[in-house]
Amino acid sequence: MFESITQNLTGALSFFRRGGKLTEANIREGLEAVRQALLEADVNYQVAQDFANRIADEVVGEQVLKSLDPTQQVIGIVHRQLCELMGPVDHSLPPPSSEPVVLMLCGLQGSGKTTTSGKLARLLQTQGRRPFLVAADLQRPAAIDQLRIIGEQLGVPVHTEVADGNNAVRVCQNGVAAARKADADIVILDTAGRLHIDTELMQELQQIDRKVNPHQILFVCDAMTGQDAVNSAKAFNEALELDGVILTKLDGDARGGAALSVKAITGVPIKYIGVGEQLDKLEPFHPDRMAGRILGMGDVVTLFEKAQEQFDADQVAEQQKKMMEGKFTLVDFKSQMQQIKRLGSLKDIMKMIPGMGNLVDAHPDMDAEGDMQRISGIIDSMTPEERVNPELIDLGRRRRIAAGSGVEPSDVNQLLKDVSAMAGVMQDMASMPMWKRLGAASQLANTFAQNPGAQIQAPQKSTVMSFDEKRRLQEKKRQQRKDTKKAKKRNRR
Amino acid sequence: MGLFDKLKKGLQKTKDLLRTDVRDLFKAGELLEEKHIEDFYARLIGTDMGVEASKAIVTELREKHLGRTVVIDEIWKTIRDKLKSLLKGGEGTLWDVNNKLSPLKLAPTGTTVILVAGVNGVGKTTSIAKLANLLQSHGKKVVLAAGDTFRAAAVEQLTLWSRRLGCEIVTKAASSDPAAVAFAGCVRAKEIGADVLIVDTAGRLQTQQNLMKQLSKIQRVIEGQIPGAPHEVLLVLDATTGQNGVSQAKHFSEAVACSGLVLAKLDGTAKGGVVVAIRQTMSLPVKYVGVGEQVDDLELFDPEGFVDALFEK
Ligand SMILES: Nc1nc2c(ncn2[C@@H]2O[C@H](COP(=O)(O)OP(=O)(O)OP(=O)(O)O)[C@@H](O)[C@H]2O)c(=O)[nH]1
Ligand SMILES: Nc1nc2c(ncn2[C@@H]2O[C@H](COP(=O)(O)OP(=O)(O)OP(=O)(O)O)[C@@H](O)[C@H]2O)c(=O)[nH]1
Ligand SMILES: [Mg+2]
Ligand SMILES: [Mg+2]
Repeated sequence: MFESITQNLTGALSFFRRGGKLTEANIREGLEAVRQALLEADVNYQVAQDFANRIADEVVGEQVLKSLDPTQQVIGIVHRQLCELMGPVDHSLPPPSSEPVVLMLCGLQGSGKTTTSGKLARLLQTQGRRPFLVAADLQRPAAIDQLRIIGEQLGVPVHTEVADGNNAVRVCQNGVAAARKADADIVILDTAGRLHIDTELMQELQQIDRKVNPHQILFVCDAMTGQDAVNSAKAFNEALELDGVILTKLDGDARGGAALSVKAITGVPIKYIGVGEQLDKLEPFHPDRMAGRILGMGDVVTLFEKAQEQFDADQVAEQQKKMMEGKFTLVDFKSQMQQIKRLGSLKDIMKMIPGMGNLVDAHPDMDAEGDMQRISGIIDSMTPEERVNPELIDLGRRRRIAAGSGVEPSDVNQLLKDVSAMAGVMQDMASMPMWKRLGAASQLANTFAQNPGAQIQAPQKSTVMSFDEKRRLQEKKRQQRKDTKKAKKRNRR
Repeated sequence: MGLFDKLKKGLQKTKDLLRTDVRDLFKAGELLEEKHIEDFYARLIGTDMGVEASKAIVTELREKHLGRTVVIDEIWKTIRDKLKSLLKGGEGTLWDVNNKLSPLKLAPTGTTVILVAGVNGVGKTTSIAKLANLLQSHGKKVVLAAGDTFRAAAVEQLTLWSRRLGCEIVTKAASSDPAAVAFAGCVRAKEIGADVLIVDTAGRLQTQQNLMKQLSKIQRVIEGQIPGAPHEVLLVLDATTGQNGVSQAKHFSEAVACSGLVLAKLDGTAKGGVVVAIRQTMSLPVKYVGVGEQVDDLELFDPEGFVDALFEK
């Protein structure tokens, strides 16, 4: 949907001579690409503008390194600056003390306060703390029930009172007293959602702040928020002196520019992120991952961490070696597929790889799991010799394999072509340093997303395509050929 | 106060803002310079209408007015016309401002079914209460189906609204199949001869394929029960949403063929400009806007009126 910043920057900086110097004039276009990427990721206009200027200051006069292309170099700087701006991290929650400590959650309607109260209670539980919830939302129908049910699910006590004619300040005071009695060591106040321009309700929060004196006040912010994020965050911070921000609903495809805006405008650290509706879906905030996401570069770090946990190191090393030598066979291919499967849903994985996100966006209906299964089936139907020496597979064998795995002979053919093409690409990639390899993968994915018909760049793609898609593609290609012909004719005239 | 006045009041803040923008930024008699245009671009971005639409407007401004003497009325006209054409996106939809039900496609006979969907926390359940209230005030018999069986106390929430509104509600236990709730809702609505059945659904992110499939299933079940239903599939958007709204509109439409948008929480400082961005990629009209947490905080959205109200002097 969005052009990735890498694409934009590559266009803008393509004319740079390697080894030349970045000057103010030739960097301007590149900076526009940075700014636009940030705006498309919902970073506030002023914040994006200031950021682009900051980058200009740092970049101008820098030597374009011989070994790097300018795009990579500028992205590196942008990425680092983003991390700096969104950091430093502070995941601390108030430590136990002689009295129960108090956490207050606040934010706009529907941002995720009640769910996050539950998530924090659960997190604290796992740390051996004794959390206690207080249902201080007397506005929204069934808000109290919602927190009560969450408390029951966790086995965490919840203080509730009748909503009608009651007052949230009093509920909070009573709640803290009840927590003390229940021997809890940390109290979480779930307040009602409110608009930052609702003076009456903002004063209510200030009163709770004064009367209960929470140790930390956390602002719960929806990651999908656009330009308005700065207005609400600023107003809540001015009214309450926030201690932290929790960014919710990051499990979707929101670029999350609000993270940068809120941090830049308020200076309040982002502590945690919500990545799902379930109560265990709360993670510490990491600026580097967020930076990649805002830039549309994917969450490389998370992918690496996951891969490290799941991959069999020896096998990976072995495959790496084979890739280098260009000896990547069907057997290796299958074992790699199995390792990847252990990481989770293929789409989730692809989203974490730079550029691959585009691919997923471009083909929302692709059924990667199903295709992997089909491919596995094809490989399983081969004899061990065929797997190592695919050259053996002639027409007869191809028919046999196809019949055995319930596909068309042409599918078998396609797979063989793809794997041998892949072996070539991998050989190239394996000889690159890591960051370059990611760049190459991302470039691959980009060409692919724009032009799924491209052959080798898209080895696994052709097997991923449904028949309908294939037909559509053929149609498209035919049209393209026609168009080129027409253009040629026009030029001749 | 007429409905149109109410609409204008609802949009007053936005209108004042953009109007002051134009007055602030462009001074009659001065030459229109690039820096004025850049400043206006910043304000346009601030509405969440997105880079593309904002660029389209400033490009038009540049072409027609850059380097010329500012005539406020002409600049107004350029901006207004461009925004109107961006918002219309082909088949400009006009509602009857005197009939708040006019955006809804109601079945000529039998039960009309309205399916309501959207990402988490945008205001689906509250908007359903508002719609039910609107329909009831026009003498319609309404039944609600509590199709969010997932989120804690979602059923209780809609049940409380139904009690306040005095309309019937169909519920099932937590974690039941939402399609079964929709089914039961259809059956009940037919049984008692209800005019309208409104089906609530759990919030879901558009990237969650299994949940999107579940939504399609709900739609199919409704289709199977009442021919021609659901007559409306309303996607609720939060007015504070940024560019992700485009992805929401796209993916939800793919799953359940949305017929219109409800833009909730427009009573805050967010401008809801993402609907302009959405209009750039698809034709999905905004039918209503939510301007508060109470049942009567629902206003009609009329694109012509919206733009005029935005820029009228
Ligand atoms: N996908 C996803 N959904 C979330 C996340 N956090 C909360 N939600 C959902 O967002 C919706 C709103 O969450 P709530 O916790 O009720 O929000 P709230 O801020 O308490 O809402 P109000 O009290 O009405 O202001 C619910 O459907 C939650 O399940 C998250 O990290 N990811
Ligand atoms: N200010 C304002 N608040 C609104 C509006 N519409 C809904 N809300 C509030 O937003 C919050 C979430 O509304 P719900 O109707 O529960 O949202 P939902 O989409 O059903 O949420 P889930 O079912 O959890 O996904 C509640 O606190 C509502 O009172 C509106 O137009 N303006
Ligand atoms: Mg709540
Ligand atoms: Mg709901």
